[in-house]
Formats: sequence, structure tokens, C-alpha cells
Amino acid sequence: MTNNPPPSAKKITSTDEFIKGLWRDNPVFVQVLGMCPVLAVSNTAENALAMGLATAFVLLMSNILVSLLRNFVPKQVRIASYILIIATFVTVTDYAIQAISVELHKALGAFISLIVVNCLILSRAEAFASKNTVSKSVLDALGMGLGFTFALLCLGAVRELLGNGSLFGLAVFPEGFQSWIVMILPAGGFFTLAAWLLVINALQTKKA
Amino acid sequence: MLKKTLHISSSPHIFKGHTTDQIMKNVVWALLPVVFYSVYAFGWNALLVIATATLGSVITEHVLCRLSKKETTIADYSAVITGILLGLTLPPAFPLWMAFVGGALGIALGKYIFGGLGYNVFNPALVARAVLQAAFPVAITTWHPAFLPDRFSEVASSVLALPLMQPQYDVISGATPLSAFKFEGYTTPASELAFGLVSGSAGETCAVIIILGGIYLIARNMMNWRIPAAVLLSAFLLSGALYLVNSELYPSPVFMLFSGGLMLGAVFMATDMVSSPITPLGLWIYGAIIGVLTIVIRVWGGLPEGVMYSILLANAISPQIDRLIKNRVYGTTPKMKAV
Repeated sequence: MTNNPPPSAKKITSTDEFIKGLWRDNPVFVQVLGMCPVLAVSNTAENALAMGLATAFVLLMSNILVSLLRNFVPKQVRIASYILIIATFVTVTDYAIQAISVELHKALGAFISLIVVNCLILSRAEAFASKNTVSKSVLDALGMGLGFTFALLCLGAVRELLGNGSLFGLAVFPEGFQSWIVMILPAGGFFTLAAWLLVINALQTKKA
Repeated sequence: MLKKTLHISSSPHIFKGHTTDQIMKNVVWALLPVVFYSVYAFGWNALLVIATATLGSVITEHVLCRLSKKETTIADYSAVITGILLGLTLPPAFPLWMAFVGGALGIALGKYIFGGLGYNVFNPALVARAVLQAAFPVAITTWHPAFLPDRFSEVASSVLALPLMQPQYDVISGATPLSAFKFEGYTTPASELAFGLVSGSAGETCAVIIILGGIYLIARNMMNWRIPAAVLLSAFLLSGALYLVNSELYPSPVFMLFSGGLMLGAVFMATDMVSSPITPLGLWIYGAIIGVLTIVIRVWGGLPEGVMYSILLANAISPQIDRLIKNRVYGTTPKMKAV
């Protein structure tokens, strides 16, 4: 070839589609999307994991359906149809979590239903799934969903460790541990998120 | 040749010699009597807590400066003041590891995250205390009685609690005058309050020494007298009005002035030059907000003491106060619009 393509037009492999959500474009640490569940249900590692996986599931299914229907949905009503698709899978998730564990359902509370308006899911439907093939959308959803879960776990682990002295409900510190009450409170969510953003930003700018 | 004879700089060209570290050093001098008295009242416990909080903030300041590849700024004494002030707001039998964490958090969250000295929105010592209060609500409200006979021979076991471990208390804590008033309806006599014969934070005991320290700083023109005057006057007027309305329900204004951390807050915390307004009228408004909020929190709020939160709230709005008050431009009348 005589004309080399510019470096920015480098071909995006399917691995890139998957990896970008985990690290480079992490939905929480880089895009700062979906802050409501991130701050509200990351008080323990268990809640964080459940919330992350529920969101990832909804994201995956809605990405598939939006991608399948991308040539049939009129442009004017696309947002409404995305919401309908997302709401369907959120309802499925809601009932599934209730069937698996009533306690978990109580702990997550209204935030399961609020996945419908999670801007991460809507942004992937609008920005990616509605413009790409199903296979690419699946990889994108998996990467973003796992990246979201990873970020929630990062927050949940720190908050549970300091706020409760435990991890996934198992005691880490010996008897008599002084728990940091603030870490379980909403303020602790903001502190932890800020600290993680600081760390991730430092790591990413160092590489670039 | 020219370079040697002409020194080119921007105005101001005449300096009076008050540099940051000189002022800070004088604040430390003014604080030392308060520290000595609290050590006299609470023994080694108070000394250890104040020293550890200071160590925590100085070390953090040094480490953060090094990490961001700047010259270390611990020599300007501002971190020392943050540490001493934090130590003075803590209960005398506070666990040392918590005091250290508090000193570190005060510098990191209260000051360095905004860019260091001169950029902090809030008083770093109070940020540290607010975080500690939210994180360890039990430890920070467990008070140690003053003037125990063994205060210079023993150190309370709660002070030496292992890092991350819960403190064990071996002395039944005494209620502070404010909590005794709030929860038991008992008003401590003002003479005991003025000379610090009561339990409370390490530095909220002897009002007389705090006032003397404030007078020293005001006399050396290193502190604006309007802030403590406005804080104390507004607190006195509001609590005096309440006392006149119903003297059985509300305590006397003298009790309000001399109890709790109002004196320390008004003289040493609200007067932080960075986080207070710069216009004279703004200072009066700022001080009045602190005084009124303190009394409002004490009388109607859920907490016995409200000085910390009212100073932090006033810190938050002090830039807005300055924006509201615009000095008249010389040569214009108030009706003329500034161009």
C-alpha cells in the first residue's frame, strides 16, 4: 500500500471493543456515568457486586435488542423505544433478584428499578448499539458492564472494609475493630469515589 | 551594569515585613498558652493528642509536597497551626491513631486538594474534625474529666488504643457543660467556665487564656478584630434576647459565650485569613452568621455544640459575602454604576 492510513484510523479489533469498557473508557472512573447507583449501593461489596451484575445483564440484553432493531426503529421515537426495551429487562431483573434473595432485593431497594434511567445503559444504546452490529454490541456491553461492576466493587470493597471491618460479610480485622461510620454513610461514597478517581487518573495519565 | 543597580518588580514596593510564616509563628505563640493550660488541666493525655495531631498534619504536608514535586512548605507553620487547632478541638482522651488520621485528613482533604495554603475553602482543622466526627461519633463525644489527681502519672488506656482498634475507656466520662445543659438541664456557673474547671475538648476550657491570645494577635495587627467581635457580639445578643424571653428555658448569654468551643472558634478558627471574607463589612456579616448559627444549633439543633458546623458553613459562603459587598470605587458616587 502506498497510502498509509493515519494512526487514528487504526482498525478497531473486537478485543478493543471489549477492553475499552474495562479500563480506557471505564463507565464510572472515566466517563463518570451512572453516579446514582455507584454512590448509593456501594456500601458493601456484596451490594456492589449484585448491582453491578444486574446492570451488566440489563446492558447486555438491551444492547442486543437495540442493535437488532436498529434498522427498524424510526429516528424520532428511538429514545422512547430504548427506554421500553431497557424497562422490560429491568423488570425481569427485578423479579429475578426477588426470587434469588429477598434480603438483597431489600438492600438494593428502589435502585433496581432505577436501572431504567441509568445513563450508562442509555448512552451505550444511543452511541453504540444503534450504530453497530450485534456481535460488536455484545462485546461492548460485556466490557462496559464488567467495567461498571469492577468499579462498583472497588468502591464497595473499600467502604465495607473501613466501615464494617469485613469483606463480603466475612470479618477481616480482629475483634474490637473501630468501624469508620462515615464510610457507610453517603458522604463516604463521595470520598471513596473521589479517591478512586484520583488513583485511576494518576495511573492513566502516567501511561499516556 | 543595569541589572545590578535596577531591581525590576511589580507593586507593592514597600513591605511592612509581615510575611506568612511570621504571622503563622505568632499564631503559634498565641496558641501555646492554651496548649499549656489544657495540658495542665488534662495531663499527658492532652499533650499526646495535640502532639500527634500536629505530627499527622506536618508529616502529611511534607509528604504531599514531595509527591507533587514542590518545595516542602512545612516551614511556614501553617500545618503546625492546623495540627494544634485540631488537637485542641478533640477530647483529651482521644485515641492517638485517630488524632493522627485527623491531622493527615485535615491537610489532605481540607487544604492540599484545593492547592495548598491560600487556596483552601474551609478551615483545615475544622474539616479534619468534621470528618472525625462523622467517622468516629462515639470516640469524639466521650469526654474526660478535668483535673484528675493522676493526670501526670498515667495515660488513659483509650489514648493508647492500637491503630484501627476501638478505644477502651477506664474513666467514666464527665458531661460537658453544653451537653449537661442540653440533656440534663443543668447550667454550669460562669466562673467555672471562664477558668476551665470543666470537662470538654482539650482547648475549649479556659476562655481567659484564649482571649489573651486573641488580644496579643490583634495588638500585633495579625488578626482582624472584627471577626471575634462579630461572632461573640451576635451570639451574646441572640442568646440574651432568648434569655429575656424565657430565662428558665434558655441559658444566660454569659454561659453561652464561655461554654464549649465558641471562644476558641471565634478567636482562632473563624479568623483563618484564607477562608474568611476580606471586606470590613463582610467580616461583620461573616462573624454574625457564625454567632447566630452557633446559638441556633445549640438551642434548637440536635447537637449540644454547633461552633464547628457554623464556621464551616460561613467559610463556604465567605466568597459570596465578598461579592455582595463591593467597595465604592474612588471618585464615584454610590448611584453611579461601575463601568
